[in-house]
Amino acid sequence: MPTRLRKWSLLLGAAAFLMLPLASRAQLTTYDLNTRIGMESHVGNITGHAKDAKGDYRRYCVVCHGELGDGNGEVATWIDTPMYAKPRDFQLGVFKCRSTPTGTLPTDQDLFDTIARGLDRSNMPQWSTFTKQERADLVAWVKHYSPRWATEKPGTPITIPAEPEVTPERIKAGRDVFARVQCWKCHGVAGMANGPSASTLTDDLGRPIAPFNFTDGTRPKCGDTDRDIYRIFMTGLDGTPMPSFADNIKPDEAWDLVFYLRTFMSQKSKEKEMAKQLGLKPVDPNAPAGQQ
Amino acid sequence: MRVLRCSRISQVVRSATSVCFLALFLVPVVLTCSQPAHALPAFARKYGLRCSACHESWPMLNYFGQKFKDNGYQIMNDRDAPIWQNPGYWPVVFRITPIWHRVSTGKVEVDTYAGGQPTGGSAVQRISTSGFDLSGLDFHTAGTLEKNISFYLLPSSDPTGAFHFEQVFVRFDNILHSPWLNFKLGRFELDNLLSEKRILTLTGNGGIYQTYHFIPVGDANIYGQIGDNQLGIEYLGHSWNDRSRISASLVSSSDGNVNLTTGANSYSGFFAGSQAFDAGRLGVQRVGFYAMAGEAATYYLTSGGVPIGGSGIANKGYSREGFVGQFYFGPHVDLTVVTQHGSDNPWFGQGYGNAILTDGNGGTTATCSSPAPGCPLNNVPGTALPVGSQSPVWNGATFEGHYVYSPQLIFIARYEAERMSQQADGRNYVTTGANGVTGPTPSNFGNISTYTIGFRYNPFMTSRAGLAWHNEYNWLHQDGTGPSLGLSTANINTSEILMGLDFDF
Repeated sequence: MPTRLRKWSLLLGAAAFLMLPLASRAQLTTYDLNTRIGMESHVGNITGHAKDAKGDYRRYCVVCHGELGDGNGEVATWIDTPMYAKPRDFQLGVFKCRSTPTGTLPTDQDLFDTIARGLDRSNMPQWSTFTKQERADLVAWVKHYSPRWATEKPGTPITIPAEPEVTPERIKAGRDVFARVQCWKCHGVAGMANGPSASTLTDDLGRPIAPFNFTDGTRPKCGDTDRDIYRIFMTGLDGTPMPSFADNIKPDEAWDLVFYLRTFMSQKSKEKEMAKQLGLKPVDPNAPAGQQ
Repeated sequence: MRVLRCSRISQVVRSATSVCFLALFLVPVVLTCSQPAHALPAFARKYGLRCSACHESWPMLNYFGQKFKDNGYQIMNDRDAPIWQNPGYWPVVFRITPIWHRVSTGKVEVDTYAGGQPTGGSAVQRISTSGFDLSGLDFHTAGTLEKNISFYLLPSSDPTGAFHFEQVFVRFDNILHSPWLNFKLGRFELDNLLSEKRILTLTGNGGIYQTYHFIPVGDANIYGQIGDNQLGIEYLGHSWNDRSRISASLVSSSDGNVNLTTGANSYSGFFAGSQAFDAGRLGVQRVGFYAMAGEAATYYLTSGGVPIGGSGIANKGYSREGFVGQFYFGPHVDLTVVTQHGSDNPWFGQGYGNAILTDGNGGTTATCSSPAPGCPLNNVPGTALPVGSQSPVWNGATFEGHYVYSPQLIFIARYEAERMSQQADGRNYVTTGANGVTGPTPSNFGNISTYTIGFRYNPFMTSRAGLAWHNEYNWLHQDGTGPSLGLSTANINTSEILMGLDFDF
C-alpha cells in the first residue's frame, strides 16, 4: 500500500512538474510583459515600438483583447460564438491571417494589414483610421504579448504564382478539387456553410466555429482578392479547423479552386457567368469518388 | 496603495469648504484614480467597443467615431443589421445633467426706486445668480434598420419637459456598395467637423459655438446658423478609410423649424469637404472647408396686419464660408480651428427676414406685426431700405484645444472671436443704435470674444451607462450692446461657472 501511494505521488508530482510551463503562461503578469516592452515591428521603412502603443491599445483594443492580451477583455463574455469570433488570445501567438506557412508566426506586415482590414463577422473593426506609425506600434504591442516572438522568427511568406486566365475548363477543374479535398464537408456543396461537419466544428480552444458562407455576400476574413483566397488554401487559418492544403493542392489547382469558389459568391463575376453557361452542377457527395 | 491614496485625498476633499478648493484637490484624485474607460450605451451594447473607441471624450467624436458615423453607424463587419443582434437589444440612450451654476451678467439696466416708488429712471447693475438646475433630457435612439439603412431619432426636452424632435433622419448608406454614395433625409446636424451637438461644454454661452450662430446686432437672418439642426436632404461621400470626405446638403431656410411657417419656398445649401493626412506619431491631421449659401424670405403676406405663416416671398441671399482644421500633436494634445466669413443681404441687416416668431424648439409662436414695438420687421410692398444700408459682413474664428490625459479625463480650452468688418448701416448713416448712442454705428458694434475652460472626468463607464463629472467656466464679452446710461463703454461681460454630473444610460 505505501509503495502504491509513493508511486502515485511520484506520478502526480511529475505531472504537476510538466504542467508548470502551462501554469506560468496562465499567470502571465505585467512584469513578464514589461520585459518584452522593447519589442519592435518592421513594416516597410517604418519601425514600430510596443511602448508607444500602450495608449492606443487601452483606448481601442483592451475592451476585447484584455489587459494581458489573452482575449478576455470585459466584453469577451458577451461575444457569442459561432456567430461572432471570440477575441484573439495574443499570448498564444497563433493567427488566422498570415502569408506564412501553417504553424509559423505571421510577418509584421500580416498583422499590420489585419489591423487595417479588420475581421468581418467579428467585433474587430477596420482600424484604418490609425496612422501607419500607430499601426506599426500596435503590431509590436501585439507581439510583446507572446513569448513566441522571442524564440521564433516569422515564417517565410509563401510564393503566389501569377493568376492565370479564367476559363470554363479551369472552373470545372476547380469543382473537381472542391470535391477531392472535400471542402463541401464544411462549406456545403453550394458553399452555404451547411456541410455535414459544419455544426460540429470547434477551434483549437474548443469553441464552436462556423465555416465561411460563400453565398451571403460577406467578405472572406483575410481579404477578398483572388490572391487572398488563394493564400488561405495554402496557409490555412491557424487555430481553426481550416487546414493548409499546401501539401494536397498544386498551385495551378489552387487557382482553379479560387475560380470555382467565385461561382458561389453573390457578387457578379465572369466565373459566375461561365458556370451558368456550363450548367455546372454542385458536387454530389453521394457519388463514387472521382465522379462527384 | 493606489486605493489608499485615493481614500486619503477623498477625506481631504470632504473637509474642504470652498468650491475652488474642491476642484483643485479633485484634479489629483482624478489623475491618480483613473480606471479604464468602458463602452457607452447604445452602440457599445451593440458592438462591445468602449466609448473611447469612438469618442475622444464623450460626446466628441474621434476619427474612428467619425468614420463609424459616416458609415451609417456601422462598423462594416457584416453584422451591422439588427437581424444579427440579440432580440432584447434596444438602441436607446437617455441623457440628462443635473448641475450647479452661477451666472453673472454685467451692465443690466434695472429700474430705480425712491421712497418705495419708481423714479422712472434706470441704473446699470451686475446681476449674479446661482443655484442648482437641470439640463434638458435627450432620448437618443439610433442604429440600423437594415444593413446600410440607418436612422436617428432624438426627442429632446427643455428643463421643463417640453419636447421637440431635435434630430430625425433615415439614411441610405453605401449605395451601389460605394462609400461615396450616402443620402440622408430629415432633420439633422450639418456636416460640421467640429460638431456642436457633440460639444464638450455646457454653459449657456460656452455650450454653443458662437462662430456657428453669430448674427450682427439688429440682423434678422436666423437661417444661416450652421450649428442648428436643419430640415433637408444630405449627400455625403467618403473614402473607405474616411481620409477624404465631401458632403452637400439642401435644406429649407427655416433654421430647422417645422410646419413650413418659415422657410417655405426658400432653400439653402451647405457644402463641406475635408482631407486627412497621416502625420506619423503626431496622428492624423485634417483640413477642410465649408460653405453655406442660400436665401430666405423677407416679406410675409399679412392678414389683418399679421404675417401669414408659409407665405414668405421676396427672398434675399446670405452666405457663410470658412476653413476647418483638426491638428493632433501626439496622443494627448489636439487643436481644432474653424474660421468663418459671413455676409447677409442688406435687408436682413436692417432687421427683415424673421417676421414669423419661432419658439426656439423647432416650432413657431403667435405672430405679431411690425411696426408694433418688439415685432420683427416685414418687408411689405413699398418698404425702402434706409439710405446707406449695406450688407453686414463679419469674420469669426474658433480655437478649441484639448489635453486628453486619458480617455477618462479631458481638459478643454476654447477661444472664439467674432469681428464685424462692415456694419449694415453705411458709414455715413447716422442712427440711434441699440446702445442708445446716436451716430454712425461703431465698427466694433456687436463683436464677441469668449473663452471657455473646463474638464470632464469619467470616474467609470460601463457598456450600460456613463457618467462625467463636468466643470466649466465661460466668459463672454460683447461690444456695445449694453445700456449706455452715461457709461464710457456699453460693453457686456457675462461669466458662468458650472459643475454637474452628465450621465447617460
